[in-house]
Amino acid sequence: MTNREKNPALAGAATPGASAPETAAAGTATPGAAVTEAAAACVSALSEHAADLPFARRTRTGKIKTRVMGKQNAAVALTLGILAGLTVFSLVTMNYGKVAFFTAFGQAAEDFLMMMLQPGLAGHFTLADVVTGLFVSIALAVLTTFIGAVIAFVLSLFAAVNLSNRMLSNAIKALMSFFRAVPTILWVLVFTVAIGLGPEAAVIGLLFHSVAYLVKAYSESFEEVDPGVLEALRSCGASWWQTVFAAVVPVKTSEMLSWTFIRFEINFVNAVAVGAVAGAGGIGYQLFLAGSFYYNIHEVGLIVYLCLAVAVVLEVAATKLRKRYIVHS
Amino acid sequence: MEAVGGQFFRRRSLSIVAVFLVFVIANALAGGYVGFDFVASIADIPAGIAWMASNFVPSVESFEKIGQILSSLGSTVLVSIAASCTAAALAFAFAVLGSRSVGIGGPVSVAVRAIASLFRNIPVVAWAFILLFSFKQSEFTGFFALFLTSFGYLTRCYLESIDEVSGGSVEALRATGAGYFPIVAQAVVPMSITSVISWVLYMIETNIRDATLIGILTGTGIGFVFDLYYKSFRYDIAGLVIVMIVIAVIVCEAVSNYVRRQII
Repeated sequence: MTNREKNPALAGAATPGASAPETAAAGTATPGAAVTEAAAACVSALSEHAADLPFARRTRTGKIKTRVMGKQNAAVALTLGILAGLTVFSLVTMNYGKVAFFTAFGQAAEDFLMMMLQPGLAGHFTLADVVTGLFVSIALAVLTTFIGAVIAFVLSLFAAVNLSNRMLSNAIKALMSFFRAVPTILWVLVFTVAIGLGPEAAVIGLLFHSVAYLVKAYSESFEEVDPGVLEALRSCGASWWQTVFAAVVPVKTSEMLSWTFIRFEINFVNAVAVGAVAGAGGIGYQLFLAGSFYYNIHEVGLIVYLCLAVAVVLEVAATKLRKRYIVHS
Repeated sequence: MEAVGGQFFRRRSLSIVAVFLVFVIANALAGGYVGFDFVASIADIPAGIAWMASNFVPSVESFEKIGQILSSLGSTVLVSIAASCTAAALAFAFAVLGSRSVGIGGPVSVAVRAIASLFRNIPVVAWAFILLFSFKQSEFTGFFALFLTSFGYLTRCYLESIDEVSGGSVEALRATGAGYFPIVAQAVVPMSITSVISWVLYMIETNIRDATLIGILTGTGIGFVFDLYYKSFRYDIAGLVIVMIVIAVIVCEAVSNYVRRQII
C-alpha cells in the first residue's frame, strides 16, 4: 500500500493507456443482441474496474500482478543473496590445510565419540581436583554476575531514557557498546598483564561484558515502566531516588533477577573459556591442560560432562525464568 | 486499610533486603572460595586501566603490521559469516523438523532439542581441541568450531521463533489439506524469515568476537595474530589488533541494525 503511494510514477507507467474510461463509455453506448450486450457489459465492467485501479502493477501483457515484491521482501532477498554470496566466497577461498579431508572428518568423529562415550581419569587429575575446579569456575561466575549486577543497576538507571536525560543515556549506551565490542577474552588477557594473574584479573575481565549486557537488559526493562506512574510520583514531589525505589524497582525486580540469572549462565560458559586461555584457574584450565598438554581425550570427556551438567541445569532454569518473567504476551 | 498498606510495604522492603542479603552472602562465599580480594581489585581497576592506556596504545611502528592484521581480520570476518550462514541453514532445517507446530513430533522433537543443547553447551575449548587433533592448524578448523557452537545456539533460537510465529497459519494451511512441504514453504518460511535473518546477523557479530578465542586456541585468524604479539610482549601491536577488532564489530553491528530496520 505504502509502496504504491510512494511511487505513483512507476505505477502510472504500468497502466496501459489512459483511454480505458472512454472505451467503457463507448461499450455501454452501443446496443446489440443480448449476448453481445452482456459481453460488452462484462468488458466495460472490467475496464471500469481497471480505471478504478490506475496504480495497479501490471505485467507486460496488461494483467494485474497478484504477487508484488514489496520493499521489505526485496531487502530480505537482497540480504539473503549477499550472505549466500559471501558464504560461498569464503568457503571457496578458505584454507583447508594439508590434511586429507574425509580421513580428518572420520578422525574427528571418532575422537568426538571417544570423548562422549569413554570419559575417565588418566592420572593427571583426581576427581576431587576436577570438582574443585568446577566450583572455582562457578564461584568466578557468581562473583562476576553479582558485582556486575550492582554496577549495571546503577548505570542502567542513568541509561534508561525515562529516568535520565537523553545525553547521559546515549553516553552510557555508547560506552557499553565499546565494552561489548572488545571480546571477553581480550579484556581478561589485558587485565592479566595489567594487574597480574589471578581471580581478580579474571573477574574484572569478565565484568565488562557482564555489565554491558545487564545495562542493556535492565535499562530496556526500566523504559517499559508505565509513564503515568512516574508522572504521578513526580507530581507529588517525590525525589528521583523515591521514584526509582517506589515505581521502578518493585515492578521490575523479578524481571531483573531473571536477566541476572540468564547472565549467570553465560558467565559460567565464559569463565570456563577464560580459564582455558588466560590461566585464570578453574575447570577451564584443567580442560586446557588435558587437551593441549596431556592430549588425553578421556579426561577432556570427563571435564566436558561436568561442564555440560552445570550448563544444562542452568539453561533449563534460564529458559523457564525467561518464559515466566520476561516474555510478555 | 492502613494496616494492610503498611504490611504490603513492609513485606516489599523485606523482600528487597532479602535479595540484597543473598547477593552479599553469595559474593562472600564465592570470594572466599577463590581468594578474591575485593579491596585490592577495586584499587586495581583504575591502575589496570592506566597501565592499559599507557602500554596498549598502538605505536607508530606498529602500523607496519597493519597489512597482516587487516588480512587476518578479513579472513576472520569471512569465516564468521560462512560459519553463521551454513549453521543457520542446517539449524533451520533441524528446527522445522523439531518444532512443536510443524515438526514430525514425538521422539524427533526431543532428539533435536537434546542435540541442540549438547552442541551449545559443550565448551568451545573442547571443540577446538578435537578439531585441532584431526584438522590441524588451518582456517577450516576455526570455521568448523564456530559452525558447531553456532549450530547449537541457532537451533534453539529457531525452535522458539518458529513456534512463536507460525502456529495459526500452519493450522490454517493444514485445514485446507496442504501437504507438509507446501506448509513449510508457504507458512513457516515466510513468517519466520525476518527473525531468521535477524538471528544470523546477531550470530555473525558474536562469531567475530568468539573467533578471537577460537583463533587463540586453534592458531587461526585474528586471534592468532593477537596471541603472537601478546606473547612476545609487543603490546602496542596487540593494542592495534584490539582497535581493529572493535572497529570491525562496531561496523558489523551498525550494518546489522540497518538491515534489521529495512526488513522488519
